[in-house]
Amino acid sequence: MESKITNYSVPTEYQSELGKMNILGFWIFIAAEIILFATLFALYGVYHDRIGDGPAGPEVFVIKDVVIQTVLLLTSSFTCGYVITSMRRGNVKGAIVWIAITLLFGLGFLVMEINEFIHYVNAGLAIQTSAFGSSLLTLLGTHGAHVTFGLFWGIILAIQLAQRGITAFTASKVHIWSIYWHFLDVVWIFVFTFVYLGGLM
Amino acid sequence: MDIKWDQILIIEEPIMFWTFIGLIVSSIGLVAGLTYFKKWGWLWREWLTSTDAKKVGIMYIVLAIVMLVRGGIDALMMKYQTAVPENTFLSSQHFNEVFSAHGTIMIFFMAMPILFGIMNLVVPLQIGARDVAFPKLNLLGFWITTAAAVLYNIAFLVGGSPDAGWTSYFPLAGKEFTPGIGNNYYYVALQISGFGSMIIAINFMVTILKMRAPGMGLFKMPMFTWTTLITCLIMIIAFPIFTIALLAGMLDRVFGSHFFTVADGGLDMMWANLFWLWAHPEVYIVVLPAFGIISEVVATFSKKRLYGYHSMVWAVIVISVFSLLVWVHHFYTMGVGPTVNSVFSITTLAIAVPTGIKLFNWLFTMRKGRIAFEQPMLWALGFIPTFLIGGVTGVMLGMASADFQYHNTLFLVAHFHYTLVGGVVYAVFAAIYYWWPKFFGFKLNHKLGNWHFWLFNVGFNLSFFPLFFLGLDGAARRMYTYSAETGFGPLYMLSFIGTLLIAAGVVFFVINMVYSSLKEKRITDRDVWGTGRTLEWLVPTPVPAYNFAVIPKVEALDEVWHRKETGKALAFDEKEIKDIHMPSHSGLPFYMFVAFFISGFLFVWEFQALAIASLALPFLGMAINSFTSYDEGYYIPAKEVIETERKGGGEQQWKAK
Ligand code: HEM
Ligand SMILES: [Cu+2]
Repeated sequence: MESKITNYSVPTEYQSELGKMNILGFWIFIAAEIILFATLFALYGVYHDRIGDGPAGPEVFVIKDVVIQTVLLLTSSFTCGYVITSMRRGNVKGAIVWIAITLLFGLGFLVMEINEFIHYVNAGLAIQTSAFGSSLLTLLGTHGAHVTFGLFWGIILAIQLAQRGITAFTASKVHIWSIYWHFLDVVWIFVFTFVYLGGLM
Repeated sequence: MDIKWDQILIIEEPIMFWTFIGLIVSSIGLVAGLTYFKKWGWLWREWLTSTDAKKVGIMYIVLAIVMLVRGGIDALMMKYQTAVPENTFLSSQHFNEVFSAHGTIMIFFMAMPILFGIMNLVVPLQIGARDVAFPKLNLLGFWITTAAAVLYNIAFLVGGSPDAGWTSYFPLAGKEFTPGIGNNYYYVALQISGFGSMIIAINFMVTILKMRAPGMGLFKMPMFTWTTLITCLIMIIAFPIFTIALLAGMLDRVFGSHFFTVADGGLDMMWANLFWLWAHPEVYIVVLPAFGIISEVVATFSKKRLYGYHSMVWAVIVISVFSLLVWVHHFYTMGVGPTVNSVFSITTLAIAVPTGIKLFNWLFTMRKGRIAFEQPMLWALGFIPTFLIGGVTGVMLGMASADFQYHNTLFLVAHFHYTLVGGVVYAVFAAIYYWWPKFFGFKLNHKLGNWHFWLFNVGFNLSFFPLFFLGLDGAARRMYTYSAETGFGPLYMLSFIGTLLIAAGVVFFVINMVYSSLKEKRITDRDVWGTGRTLEWLVPTPVPAYNFAVIPKVEALDEVWHRKETGKALAFDEKEIKDIHMPSHSGLPFYMFVAFFISGFLFVWEFQALAIASLALPFLGMAINSFTSYDEGYYIPAKEVIETERKGGGEQQWKAK
C-alpha cells in the first residue's frame, strides 16, 4: 500500500485495489448526494414564492456578491484540477501548494456566504421567517456545510501528503477529495442558476 | 426551550417505574457478570472492535433480537389494552407512545439491522470473498445504528416517547400540536440510523460489484446476493430523501423553521410526500432480501435449481424501479384528486405483477422436488401463503376508490403485517435456522424449532386475520379503546390471544438458541444440509475468520451444486494456501458511537448552540480515521490456515444427492 509509484501507465490514484474500491464507493456516495441536493432543490422549487410575511428573494438577493462567490468557487475547482495534475507528475510540493490555493478560494467563498447570511437576517429573512426562508437557507446552508467539510478535509490530506509523499493510497485519497470538491462546484452552479438567476427573472 | 425539568425522568406511571428499575438491575447484573468473569477484554477485543464481517453481522442480529423483544412487549401492551372494550390499562397518550415506538423500532431497529446482519454473514461467503470492501466502515455502520437505537430507546424514560406514529405526520408532529421534546427523538435518532443504512448500502454495493470470485458474472450470483445488491441500490436512492425530510422536520421543531407548519407558507402535505417517497421503497428494502432468503431456502430443500432464475432477477430489478413510483397510494384520501389517484393506482397494481412472478417461481421450484421439511423450509412454506395474503390485500388497497373504505382501518394494519411479518420475519427465521449451523457448528434443535414455528404461525394468523374483518367493519387503526356496542370485542380478544401465541413462539426460539448451544451435536461438515448449492457451503464449518483458504474459481450458477455433480473435491488444495491478509481491529467506531449519541442527545434536548458545536465530535473521529488509515492489517500464516481447513470438514466427500 505504501510503495512509491513506479508504474505510470495507470493514473496514480487507481494503482491499488483499495484505492479503486474507495473511488467506486465514493462515486456511489456522490450519487446519494445528488439525490440529497435534488430533494433540497425540489423543496426550494415548491417554497420559493411561499414567503409568508417575510421578504421575497429579489428583495434581498445581492447579485454582485453572489457573482463574486461563484467566481471564487469556480476558480477553486480549476485550481483543484492542478492538484491532480501535479500529483500524477509525482510533484508533492506542487500538489500541496495547489491544495492550499484551492482551499484559500474555498475559504473566500465561505466568508462571503456567511456575510450573505448575516445580510439576509438583517434584511428580515431568517429560517424562522417563512417557508421560503427555511428552504433557501437550508439549501445554501447544506452546501456551505459541505464546503466547510471539504476545507478541513483538504487540510488533513495536505498534511498527509507532506508526511508520506505520493503513494497509491494517498493519491486515491486526494483524488476522492477532488471529486468531492468538483461536485460542490457543480451543485453551486445549479444554486446560482435556479436560486439567484431564477429568482431575478 | 420549553422543557419541563420535572419531566426529565418519566417514572410516575407504575409500568415506567418498573421498567426503569428492571433496566437498572439488569445493567448492573451485566456489568457485574462481565467483571466477575473477567470478560471485558474479551468483549472489547473479540467483538466490539472486531472488523470481521461475520462478527459485525452477529452483533447486528443480537441488537435486532433485543429490539424484537422490546417492540414485542409494546405489541403485547397494545393488544392487552384493546382485548376488551373500554379498557383502562393504557391511557390514550400512553397508547400513542406505544404504537409509535412499536412501529419505529420494528422497522428501523429490528427489520433493517437483522437483514444487515444476515447480509454481513452471508454475502461475502456467497461471492467467494474473504471480507467486505470496507471492514472498518462496516463496523462503524453497526455502531451508528446502535447509537440511534439506544437514543430512541431511552426516550420513554428521559424526555418522553415520540407519540405521532412511525409516520410522524405533520402538523400533528409539529411543535404546535406536540410540544415538549419527546418527538425530537424521532427525527434525530432516525437521522443517525439513516447514516448507518447508507454505510451498509455503499459497502455492500462495492463489495458485490468488485469482490466477486473470478468467474462469477453478475448472472452467476446467488439470489440473496442479487437482492442485497438491489436493496442497496434502493437505499442509495431513497434514503437521501428521508434524510432531508428528517432534517427539515428537526429544523421545524428545534429551530422554528416553516417547512411543514400550517402558517407562514409551510406545507404539511410535503412531509407526507417526502416520507412516503422514502417509506414505500423502504418496504421493498426490507422485503427484497427476504425474497432472496426464501429463494435460497426453497431451492436447497427442494433439491432443485431455482426455477426461472433470470425472471427472478428481472422481477427484483423491475420492483426496484416501480417501488419509487407508487408513494401516493398511501394518501389517496388526502385530496390529491382523481387523476393523480388513477395514475398511482395503476403503478401500484403493476407492482403486484413482478411480485406474483416471484411467488410462482418458488412454487415451480418446489414442484416435483423432493422436499426436505427441515426448519428453514418450514418457514419458507409458511411464508408463501402468508405473504400471498399480504400481496392480495395490497392489491385491494391499491385500488384508489376502494381504498376510501379501507384506509387507516385495521384492514390496512393487517395488510402490512402480513407482508412485514409474513414476509420479512418469516424469511428472517428461515435464514437464522438455515445459516446458523454454518457459523456456529451445530443446528438448532428440531423439536423446539417446530414449537417455535407452529406457535408463531398459528398465533400470527389468529392475531392478524381477524383484523381484516374488524377493518371492514370500520375499526380504525391506532384507537386506544372502543365501546362495547361496536361489537368489536370478540375479534379483538381473539387477536390478543393470537399475540400471546406469537410471544410463546418467540420464547421457544430464545430457549432453542440457548438449549442448542449447550446440547446439540457439533458438526464440521462443510455442506451442512447436504444439499447446499452456493459458495458458503464450500468453506469449513464453523466459518474461519478468513472465509476462503483459497479464492474459488466459479464456473456455474450454484457453484457448489455444480462441483458436487461433476464430482470435484471440496477441500482446497493445500499447496495453494498462502498467508492470508486480515484487517486490524479498530476502536474508532465505538468512539463514533459515543460521539453520535452525545451529539444526538443535545439536538433532542434543543441545546441549539451546544448541539451544533458537538458535531465536531464525529468529525474529529473522521479526521483521526484519516490519519490512521495507513494501518496494514495482519497476516494469518498458511500453516494455521491448513490446520483449520483440516479440522473444518476437510475430509468430507462430495456426492450429488
Ligand atoms: C403486492 C404488492 C403491494 C401492494 C399493491 C401494496 C399496496 C399498499 C397500499 C395501497 C397501501 C396503502 C393503503 C392505505 O393507507 O389505505 C399499503 C400500505 C402499506 N404497505 Fe403495502 N402493498 C404491497 C406490498 C407491500 C409489502 C411487500 C410491504 C412490506 C414488506 C408492504 C408494507 C406496507 C406498509 C408498511 C403500509 C402502510 C403503513 C402505514 O400506513 O403505516 N406492502 N400497501
Ligand atoms: Cu406503499
